[in-house]
Amino acid sequence: MTEGVLELSAVEVAYGGVTAVRDLSLSVAPGEIVGLIGPNGAGKSTTLHAIMGLVPPRAGDVLFGGRSIRGRAPEAIARSGIALVPEGRRLFGELTVEENLRLGLAGRSRSNGGDADLAAVAELFPVVEEFRHRLAGALSGGQQQQLAIARALVAKPSLLLLDEPSLGLAPTVVDLVFRTLQTIRERGLGVLLVEQRAQRTVALADRTHVLANGELRLTLTPDDAADTDKMVAAYFS
Amino acid sequence: MTSLLASSLTDFVGDGLDLQVQVDAIALGAIFALMAVGIGLVFGVLRLVNFAYGQLIMAGAFALAYASDRDWPVGVGIALCFAAVLALSLAMERIVFRPLRAQSAAVMLIATFAVAFLLQSIALLWFGPLGKTATSLVELNRPVSVGSVEIRKITIVAIVTAAVCLGLLVLLLNRTSIGLHMRAASMDFQTARLLGVRANMVSGVAVLIAGMLAAVVAVMLTVQFPTVTPTFALQETILVLAGVVVGGMTRLLPATLGGFLIGYVSGLLGGALPTNQSQYLPSFLFGLVILVLLVRPDGLFTRRRGLVERV
Repeated sequence: MTEGVLELSAVEVAYGGVTAVRDLSLSVAPGEIVGLIGPNGAGKSTTLHAIMGLVPPRAGDVLFGGRSIRGRAPEAIARSGIALVPEGRRLFGELTVEENLRLGLAGRSRSNGGDADLAAVAELFPVVEEFRHRLAGALSGGQQQQLAIARALVAKPSLLLLDEPSLGLAPTVVDLVFRTLQTIRERGLGVLLVEQRAQRTVALADRTHVLANGELRLTLTPDDAADTDKMVAAYFS
Repeated sequence: MTSLLASSLTDFVGDGLDLQVQVDAIALGAIFALMAVGIGLVFGVLRLVNFAYGQLIMAGAFALAYASDRDWPVGVGIALCFAAVLALSLAMERIVFRPLRAQSAAVMLIATFAVAFLLQSIALLWFGPLGKTATSLVELNRPVSVGSVEIRKITIVAIVTAAVCLGLLVLLLNRTSIGLHMRAASMDFQTARLLGVRANMVSGVAVLIAGMLAAVVAVMLTVQFPTVTPTFALQETILVLAGVVVGGMTRLLPATLGGFLIGYVSGLLGGALPTNQSQYLPSFLFGLVILVLLVRPDGLFTRRRGLVERV
């Protein structure tokens, strides 16, 4: 079964002459969270951009559901069932919360049932329902992050990519985000989570890859989260 | 020069109150506003200043002249005008705008210059420097009495048409999902695409709407200026571009207001300047444009709001 499975095989991404990611292979199946951690500039965001078609991989292949999506336009990839919660959220601050959510519907392959999905997502994030008619730019950072995740979910993706969703959030909101990811996993979605909070990510994810200088250095399991030596080694390897 | 300016300004104030000049100025402003929307909409979505917008109007005007030459019914002429402008718009989008989408703004601007001169040269080869006359709608220049003033029918038609077009556009942008997609694309094209908004669809629709507005403008301008030459609508386009920059290029409403304003001021000044001095009109207008840009470089009608980044 390859339905909803993301597979990167020997992916290489370069900006001009600089190689940002090399020989990266990983996979995410429905119902699992895969973490991607590593220092700044390790190539984590670049990996997500390569999956979404924002930067074409120079070598290797990206398969989704068994089919190559390498070289396809970002909107085509979004419509095939992959949703990205971008770094910094990238909400439309001058549009209302509801309009931001409705934009999420653009990623659906079918056009029916949109309102039902909006309602289902609002149930997951009550704050989104509460501030429906407010401008997204007027929400707090935590509320904006919830909206960004909600906006990705209304597209009914089978795979969710998140680029540092906890960045700059208050601890209670970080808890909420991580709890939400757990709920999402239970609903059968695959999640690829890029994070700076290494320990929490390792503890939550089914497995976590450590990236450094564009290369996969190490793969950790939830048991490693308590092993401080291993965590430190992962970062300074 | 100083005395000329002084006397014009006195006339300006005096005639500015004249209802007839006012109404004519508003009508010109309305037409310019439509052009500003056409330019602003395409700029918003494609980040491309379409200098060739005037040549679309010129092509539409020639279509009207062509039909009137053959004594075809007015409706057929207008249909031909729309068909010609829309076909050209879509061709422009497909052949020039789309392949250049990833290029810098400068590259795209120069490319539209090339398109503008190409279309102008084709018109020159086809219709000659003296052009043709579109007479089927000149009847609209007849005045009607509204209270104590005589107003040309086209003035009323222009104001009503512009209001209807802008109203429909506002509905489209605010009430439909393609409108929402277009607004999102004009704010952050990449994020919109990441959400699944089809780049080709939104830019195609933007170009198509801009084309429809160009066709509407072509119809209304040929009523007032029935002689259609290859430079038809060229000066108007340059003025509107200036107006769009004065209003604020990056947002549709300020751009539209800017277009309206420059048309309105142009109409007032045109009414105030004595006929033998009307050649100074563009100088006055661009002098004002420079003045405004020195004081408000971001545009007259833009609010400094920026993106709200919160933690």
